[in-house]
Amino acid sequence: MTTANAAQSFINVGERTNVTGSAKFRKLIEANDYQAALAVARQQVESGAQIIDVNMDEGLLDSEKAMTTFLNMIASEPDISRVPVMIDSSKWTVIEAGLKCVQGKAIVNSISLKEGEGSFLEQARKVLRYGAAVVVMAFDEQGQADTIERKVSICERAYKLLTEKIGYPPEDIIFDPNIFAVATGIEEHNGYGIAFIEAARQIKQKMPLVHISGGVSNLSFSFRGNEPVREAMHSVFLYHAIQAGMDMGIVNAGQLTLYDDIPAELRELCEDVILNRRDDATDRLLEAAPRFKGDGGGARASTKDMTWREGSVEDRLTHSLVHGLTDFIEADTEEARAKAEKPLHVIEGPLMAGMNVVGDLFGAGKMFLPQVVKSARVMKQAVAYLQPFLEEEKRLSGVDQKPAAGKILMATVKGDVHDIGKNIVGVVLQCNNYEVIDLGVMVPAAKILETAKREKVDIIGLSGLITPSLDEMCFVAAEMEREGFACPLLIGGATTSKVHTAVKINPNYHRGQAIYVLDASRAVGVVSNLLSDTESKPYIDGIKAEYAKVRDAHIANEARKQRITLKAARDNKFKSDWSKIKPVRPTFLGAKSFADYNLASLVRYIDWTPFFQTWELSGRYPQILNDNKVGAEAKKLFDDAQVLLKRMIAEKWVTASGVVGFWPANSTGDDIDLYADEQRAKKIATLHTLRQQIARDPSRDRAHTALADFIAPRETGIADYIGGFAVTTGIGEDEAIERHIPKTDDYTRILAKALCDRLAEAFAEAMHEKVRKELWGYAPTENLATDDLILEKYVGIRPAPGYPAQPDHTEKATLWTLMDVEKSANITLTESYAMWPGAAVSGLYFSHPDSHYFGVGKVERDQVEDYAARKGWTVSEAERWLAPVLNYDPSAHNRTAAA
Amino acid sequence: MTRKPSWAALEKAASQRILIIDGAMGTMIQRHKPDEAAYRGERFKDWHRDIKGNNDLLVLTQPKMIQDIHEQYLAAGADIIETNTFNAQVISMADYGMEEIAIEMNVAAAKLARAAADKYNKLTPDKPRFVAGAVGPTNRTASISPDVNNPGYRNVNFDELRAAYKDQVKALIQGGSDIILIETIFDTLNAKAAGFATLEAFDETGIELPIMISGTITDRSGRTLSGQTAEAFWYSMRHLRPFSVGLNCALGAELMRPYIAELAHVADVRISAYPNAGLPNEMGEYDETGTEMACKVEPWMADGLINIIGGCCGSTPDHIAHIAEHAKAHAPRALPTFEPKMRLSGLEPFVAG
Repeated sequence: MTTANAAQSFINVGERTNVTGSAKFRKLIEANDYQAALAVARQQVESGAQIIDVNMDEGLLDSEKAMTTFLNMIASEPDISRVPVMIDSSKWTVIEAGLKCVQGKAIVNSISLKEGEGSFLEQARKVLRYGAAVVVMAFDEQGQADTIERKVSICERAYKLLTEKIGYPPEDIIFDPNIFAVATGIEEHNGYGIAFIEAARQIKQKMPLVHISGGVSNLSFSFRGNEPVREAMHSVFLYHAIQAGMDMGIVNAGQLTLYDDIPAELRELCEDVILNRRDDATDRLLEAAPRFKGDGGGARASTKDMTWREGSVEDRLTHSLVHGLTDFIEADTEEARAKAEKPLHVIEGPLMAGMNVVGDLFGAGKMFLPQVVKSARVMKQAVAYLQPFLEEEKRLSGVDQKPAAGKILMATVKGDVHDIGKNIVGVVLQCNNYEVIDLGVMVPAAKILETAKREKVDIIGLSGLITPSLDEMCFVAAEMEREGFACPLLIGGATTSKVHTAVKINPNYHRGQAIYVLDASRAVGVVSNLLSDTESKPYIDGIKAEYAKVRDAHIANEARKQRITLKAARDNKFKSDWSKIKPVRPTFLGAKSFADYNLASLVRYIDWTPFFQTWELSGRYPQILNDNKVGAEAKKLFDDAQVLLKRMIAEKWVTASGVVGFWPANSTGDDIDLYADEQRAKKIATLHTLRQQIARDPSRDRAHTALADFIAPRETGIADYIGGFAVTTGIGEDEAIERHIPKTDDYTRILAKALCDRLAEAFAEAMHEKVRKELWGYAPTENLATDDLILEKYVGIRPAPGYPAQPDHTEKATLWTLMDVEKSANITLTESYAMWPGAAVSGLYFSHPDSHYFGVGKVERDQVEDYAARKGWTVSEAERWLAPVLNYDPSAHNRTAAA
Repeated sequence: MTRKPSWAALEKAASQRILIIDGAMGTMIQRHKPDEAAYRGERFKDWHRDIKGNNDLLVLTQPKMIQDIHEQYLAAGADIIETNTFNAQVISMADYGMEEIAIEMNVAAAKLARAAADKYNKLTPDKPRFVAGAVGPTNRTASISPDVNNPGYRNVNFDELRAAYKDQVKALIQGGSDIILIETIFDTLNAKAAGFATLEAFDETGIELPIMISGTITDRSGRTLSGQTAEAFWYSMRHLRPFSVGLNCALGAELMRPYIAELAHVADVRISAYPNAGLPNEMGEYDETGTEMACKVEPWMADGLINIIGGCCGSTPDHIAHIAEHAKAHAPRALPTFEPKMRLSGLEPFVAG
């Protein structure tokens, strides 16, 4: 994870509702003034705490009662209880009392191995049953861990116990590897800062799904009374710890000093102490500390150092925005307004420029979310100051006299909180006489649509900054379609793009048009075009054409082709001269399983070319090893694979098992009937096949093939046969990888998985050879080298359901029943008919001398209807399972049918 | 811990088709217009309080009526029938002074449903039927104060709910339920207590059953009575690793759709929905016909949102028959998988990272 991402996903846990950390809060609780205590909680949520820590551990308090009362009070305050709670206590009884009061999914802070494994596991089991995430302190029977090694080993031990003994989800485990005070004057404390940071790094490497948290204020304990130095220490510490993997902290984040704002000298002194860079670090910081205290120079250059006031008005506005300062914002905004031609230009010019700086710092991991929220607040204050001037401007220009030019609903989608861009767009639109209904942030689709309907808006605008918002926007678009909307849908925000809008969002919204808006400056142009009586249609048509191009470029390879009717395709089926074909009777009928197949014997059947494709190295094996561009990398990979493969086989990491079956069979139309015995009277199963419908150049004499064409039709009276198989080399794979390869070693883990997949394919290849030569025995004298096997130079095919020759995955179910594959080969089917374990191959065997692989390609509705009837499905069921190969849009078809 | 064979049968059936859960019990009981005497029956003819309206008691006093309703739903095509135990725990039974027979009611109710289901299992062995032991919300809420002037006050707490629910679930297991269905969840904290109690009941009986979770979004705010959004609600209940999560009651099909879609968007388990038969008219009656209701829920199924569907208040065997007929045309929702992330909630969801 990059620094920027790490800082942005850092979770701020509000620390002020903690009686041990806040004297003010303690006094309120002691005085039973819960109303005022609630105000403390509310203030934290408002200033950006994403979770609030509640701690009532005070000797004179009835902590259980205080915890219960306060959490019950919070439950009645939606402004506060909208965020999750961290139930913080060193006493289990207090934690349990808290867990009994929260309907949400909370975090417990904390449990540990202090009293041994028994009580640790018992408490963890209960936390899981109450439905909470858990902070685990690096604390064991010997005490609190202070060295890197102990911190890491205790966390590893706890992790193993939690995940293996009680199935605790790793992503719900938060380790607190103990932040201790540094610069205390005691030499062994000097390494405490770096010990946390390094431990965090190692824990995150070994257990990537867990979170790392800590109480930061402990760190600067020896500088009590000198807030500027403490804040600087916290800021420096977090800067480094977050990069190492700390992703959660109990901090007063709204008050953090910007890393870049700490005077260089102080920053270096702090860094020396925290990173333990020199022996005299503590002495030097202690000596310098008084100079930075309070009025004596100031660690927070922003509030103390007034030199920034000497800059240009643009620089001063930027400074206020970056530092969240409101003291001078109105004066500076006025100064900028006096200079500007129009008040709107102040927003579009210097204020936007300042917000861009904020965006850059945030992106670089140098600002935290609460600070960005503060910046937005400054921005809003500046805009509010300009509002009367904007109104006056409207009045003078006469624009105000006219009814609003249009109504636009704006919202940041559900799951996203970023609204600065959206707010700016809103302001700019309002200045241009549009009525804007702003629903704020985290707005569910239902609310957007309901408001849009009620208010009869002309346009809906969606904003979002984080990637999951993209998905949500698709969802909103689909809901708009479903609810019959037709108005334009504007899409904006940092992660949105024209391509995503054209390819993913717009196709959900047939009735209307989704339009990507690059930034606020484009918004007015887009909206005025859309709402113009004359321009709207050509404009939307232009967008439609543009997006169609964008989309086509993306799906160029899947461009739809002309199809012929099913009847015409059947008339041109693959024809055999059945008088000349003498199917061979397999050596047995029914299924036969092969347990614990010899792995080493499979190695020679491995096709290495796809192995390199897995690693995005393109080229054919073995030439790829000498390729100019990727040869060296391919060779290294291949060598590693050989070593690992040998080990996997020698240590028997996985078990290979498989099953093969043969049945008397004849085709009827596009289906293949399987019979119980040679009498061919009792049908035991029907395999359904799909036929090619591609419209070919008539001059090319090629059949429209279905797999059924390779089996003798019933009416020929020929005794034909079909085979089936399912093989896996994935049994034990996950466990072996878990056991033999460290979690941190992603390379080897992926390598092992890729090898298992190759082994499964090799097994299928080996089994197919055995079938041809022995089990079915229709090619007893075949003698091919591996290369020829790979090039499929043998007679007969083994197509798999779900692949080009038969794209319907559900056909596997028939094979599974016929051969009882779950029992006979230990392979199960998921509800979407994927095989488990994944390193598995299944398919049908055809012995027809001219049978060959082909792709069914896209099919038309006539075949889907026919296929559905044969399978006993409804058409929509068939459309669902065949979705990837439909040559038409089923929803469009249904609409036409309904209309 | 043992699992009944019906669990595997349920998984299998759910992977093959959309399952049908039955419709309203109360609506069907009202058709019989039972009077005070009918509620009392022989056994409670001298009970010291009025007990008309104690529908759960009918499993003891009018067992034929209840079993007949179950069978009507099975005949209509229900795969899952709910025991008549919505209020059968000591907290709700206190209204009638019947706390002491709460356990007996659950055992009897489960046995009636069991008998009905077994009868149909014999008639149509290829379509297995399941008994869901129904666990309701009780008539009290652990997250909301009944006294507006004292927001920290509660008239029921987690431990009281947990004890009441544990007795209920154990009795439902004893009576032969295949599933525990925690339903009509107004207050997630009540449901968390029910979930906790259910796991305890599994520990104590040695029998583990699949759990179904069904919340109630009370109005168009899209929240439960206790204030959670559907997504936050799911994160609160997810630790139970349920067989399904969904919504029932309060809303008709039209208004429920967006919240079912919201759940389907975030939940990696099966989705259930059993809305009311529209909204009640001025007379408190539900007018929506079976065809109308089925046509309203059909698009949910067509859009792949649904694994289990049925009806709540106002729905009847006719509604269920229509819904079952429409469901045949559609495949069950395929289960999505999501990246493992810490997903917490207050009233609103919080997803880390």
